[in-house]
Amino acid sequence: MAGVRVLVGTRKGAFTLSADGAREKWDIQGPFFGGWEIYHMKGSPVDPNRIYASQSTSWFGQLIQRSNDGGVTWEPVGKEFVYEGTVGTHQNFDGEPDPWKFARVWHLEPSGLDPDVVLAGVEDAALFRSTDGAASWSEVSGLRNYTSGASWQPGAGGLCLHTIIASPESPERIFVAISAAGVFRSDDGGATWGQKNRGLLSEGIPVENAEEGHCVHRIALHPSRPDTLFMQKHWDVMRTDNAGESWYDVGGNLPSDFGFVIDVHAHEPETVYVLPITSDSEHFPPEGKLRVYRSRSGGNEWEPLTRGLPQSNCYVNVLRDAMAVDALDECGVYFGTTGGQVYVSSDAGDSWRPIVHDLPAVLSVEVQTLA
Amino acid sequence: MIRVVLPYHLRNLAQVSAEVTLEVAPPVTQRTVLDALEARYPVLRGTVRDTQTQQRRRFVRFFACEEDLSLDSPDELLPDAVVAGVEPFFVIGAMAGGA
Repeated sequence: MAGVRVLVGTRKGAFTLSADGAREKWDIQGPFFGGWEIYHMKGSPVDPNRIYASQSTSWFGQLIQRSNDGGVTWEPVGKEFVYEGTVGTHQNFDGEPDPWKFARVWHLEPSGLDPDVVLAGVEDAALFRSTDGAASWSEVSGLRNYTSGASWQPGAGGLCLHTIIASPESPERIFVAISAAGVFRSDDGGATWGQKNRGLLSEGIPVENAEEGHCVHRIALHPSRPDTLFMQKHWDVMRTDNAGESWYDVGGNLPSDFGFVIDVHAHEPETVYVLPITSDSEHFPPEGKLRVYRSRSGGNEWEPLTRGLPQSNCYVNVLRDAMAVDALDECGVYFGTTGGQVYVSSDAGDSWRPIVHDLPAVLSVEVQTLA
Repeated sequence: MIRVVLPYHLRNLAQVSAEVTLEVAPPVTQRTVLDALEARYPVLRGTVRDTQTQQRRRFVRFFACEEDLSLDSPDELLPDAVVAGVEPFFVIGAMAGGA
């Protein structure tokens, strides 16, 4: 029987939550790597037993863990992330040059073709690739060198490359998003890159429609529409239909267009989910009501989804990598909160229930749909 | 034999339960002890000191014989009691933050 495995990264370890296709009874395993920050875990689309995890602390640095048995056992693998060539500088918060310095891996994106190929997005922002199952890493240095890395500035969370999307149409096409630089696209496997931020407007940067400097929080794409992407920006929910050449606002009737997560229904490319947050100063839901908003029209018209979610006194946040969808016939939607809850909807968002209540603050949620 | 006491998380990574003993040829310094530690337990590379610069990570401290040696040169000789195996060399995760 088909089932799902939810991979949850938290401030204090990793957890796996497994269920059959009904998604009602859950087996909770963990914590793995207790006491360590797990920024992200993700499984290979071609070998679901192969899972990669980013494990770090400010004390002891970065490790990458790899599982070959669906998260039952793990082994530490390569953790050397060395910037290629002359490292150079980016800008710090004050606009002064700051040497690039590796801090941590924010996101791991296994290839859809080969379980040994995986991309890593790191802080300070750069893209790395492994072709040997994460035993070793090489920088995809064209991103920093062909674009304008020297002028990038960090967002409040650091200068992080947090989103990686390999196009389902062409493995040579890669989108990445960086806070606070913006979206970049390569059409040649990472050799060269272009800024793809036209149409974005950000108050508080010197030129509000600049080619870069935008604090993009998350981008998402449906495999059947490789040129259509949705974006949750620091403020604004945006959409492009030409692979990032131009973006337009689809925030419509949202109560707040600030937020972190955004995702697309597994089978309906015009059905999009966001979770509005009050503001950049108040990282909790408006009115203390935890509401996912769904658009079935590709944006602009949004409906609140509240059944099963707390509608009073809820002041958690949902971080950028903490929403995912499964690919079962009735699409499941998942998100995790900084309060340690992981919620599931097994009816595409109509109703929700918590899988777990009391984990450490959730940093990331991914889901594997298992045959 | 040089005795090295690791903090909880590094003991877990190295899969050791108590202190570690290492053969270290003279001169016995922070650098040579850490070189031997990383050679025995490659998983610890980068967890105590940066792999590129070899500098101590900022939230890691070194103690021995009730002295804080963290700011000493990595090439300074360690105390005789550490060299003799009477006292251990402590790698400590600094008390920094409470998250």
